[in-house]
Amino acid sequence: MASLDVALSHRLRAFRLELRVEVAAETVALVGPSGAGKSSVLRAVAGLLTPDAGHVRLGNETWLDRASGVDVPAERRRVGLVFQDYALFPHLSVRGNVAFGSREPARVDDLLERFGIGGLAGVRPVALSGGERQRVALARALAREPGVLLLDEPLSALDAHTKATVRAELHELLGGLGLPTVLVTHDFEDAAALATRIGVLVEGRLLQVGTPEELVATPADPFVASFTGANLLPGSAAPGPDGLTEVTLDAGGVALSTDVARGRVALAVHPWEVSLARAATDDSAVNHVHATVLSIARLGNRARVRVGALSAEVTTASVERLGLAVGDPVVASFKATAARLLPM
Amino acid sequence: MSRLFPALLWLATGIALAFLLLPVAALFLRVAPADIMGALGSDVARDALVVTLETTLVAQALILLVGTPAAYLIATRRFRGRAVVITLIELPLVLPPAVAGIGLLAAFGRLGLLGSTLDAIGVSIAFTQLAVVLAVAFVAGPFYLRPAIAAFEGVSTDLRDAARTLGAGQWRTFSRVALPLAGGGLAAGAALSFARGIGEFGATIMFAGSLQGVTQTLSLAIYEQFDVDFDTAIAIGVELVAVSALLLLTVKLVPGWRRSTSLFPIGSAPSGSS
Repeated sequence: MASLDVALSHRLRAFRLELRVEVAAETVALVGPSGAGKSSVLRAVAGLLTPDAGHVRLGNETWLDRASGVDVPAERRRVGLVFQDYALFPHLSVRGNVAFGSREPARVDDLLERFGIGGLAGVRPVALSGGERQRVALARALAREPGVLLLDEPLSALDAHTKATVRAELHELLGGLGLPTVLVTHDFEDAAALATRIGVLVEGRLLQVGTPEELVATPADPFVASFTGANLLPGSAAPGPDGLTEVTLDAGGVALSTDVARGRVALAVHPWEVSLARAATDDSAVNHVHATVLSIARLGNRARVRVGALSAEVTTASVERLGLAVGDPVVASFKATAARLLPM
Repeated sequence: MSRLFPALLWLATGIALAFLLLPVAALFLRVAPADIMGALGSDVARDALVVTLETTLVAQALILLVGTPAAYLIATRRFRGRAVVITLIELPLVLPPAVAGIGLLAAFGRLGLLGSTLDAIGVSIAFTQLAVVLAVAFVAGPFYLRPAIAAFEGVSTDLRDAARTLGAGQWRTFSRVALPLAGGGLAAGAALSFARGIGEFGATIMFAGSLQGVTQTLSLAIYEQFDVDFDTAIAIGVELVAVSALLLLTVKLVPGWRRSTSLFPIGSAPSGSS
């Protein structure tokens, strides 16, 4: 399977997009805030945007090479692009949409069948649900037998209920296709669920590329940490007792970490590493924050509890057992081994 | 007090409606239907109808042929001076017809800007049927161009991009995606410019004159007949009202076109009643 090799340099409104990424038969997610240049990467690969410099290659096919003046037009690149709001042709039926990219009626029938939209073949997009639209968009993108699949915010147009189902379907599909796939999303959870590797793109630059696990366990940068959902507590680090690092937090109090650092740092701790108690207990956690409960949000069997500057993720059962309510004083604890120190 | 305000609104609406309908109604009430049919059989009326249909259809074909690709370009490309180009296209909309007529003479007339060039290749435009076509195209063209630009602008860039990534070249993207999706707005614009063209008067009489059977259109025939034979003038007027009303009705009733009524930037659009 040919792999995709992308190197781009392109002036965007407020910054320069500089990025180099290679995608084998895997799914790479580009995550980052809106306006970070994520969609521009997809457009450059698809041939809808000509970057100032760089190249786009799929195996031994060169689609773009600014240095040698190669710029294959979009219609002759073997790319399947799924647009953010799917961009289905409103004047064509589901079948007409899928058939737009293929000359083989048998392949179109196949795809309609495979995506479970055969029964909707004659329907116009306006009458479809969000999940159905996405399946049509995917079937249409695959009709051309692309060598690369590009997905622009594939889940953002869906409501929360549909999203979980569609995400599972998409995960299964991407695994089965074995195509180099680039997915763009602003949601770290979606990226972690769908991608083999994640690149965090901020203001045109990749801050870190790694597996979802790597990004969560060893974020390279405070932004990456906050993007993975970690709590960030700024402070100053200095050598502390027992070979640990002591961080004097800006918000007051001190915390210990096994990481080695000195000077200004952001202490990152994931919400699921934070435990809650009515009173400080004598356990192995060395970091205790005394604060009041600001909010409790229940998400099925989990609850996210805001305690002072910290966000803790505990089971709903624990919330009930402790009888927690907004305004209660509690102690939030986490281990020194769970506290990552990131230079600021 | 609370009943006075709506009463005033209704009164104003009533006055406006009566005022707008009265002249049209008068046309129909003044002459008996049988006499209208008789008057329409006269040489003057028949010649004028033929000249009008010929020139308007040719002008309309030219407007669509040149205007559609031009509108597509202006709607889909960002280039330096684009806003100026759009403003220049709108200029004939606000130009008094007499100015259009004298302008066309100054450009294409024997003593005009291109006059000697055209003379050299043996072409004389002024006071021929070609002059009528040019006058109509000049005055009615922007009535098509402006809504056509808006209609193409209404086709999302994503849809055109999607077509490209699905293997469609620029031509196929235009014909399979942009054209059908803009179709409603284009048709509404075409109907409007056709209506404007069929009633063209000022520019035509200055640039093409009013020669029966050559350049005398229905509007010009009304003007000439109302001194000679008032009833014939009225009969031709009724004929024009019928054609215009038919056009308006078509724009209103064809379902796909209605959503495009917001595309008229000059307020000449029939507002959707749905």
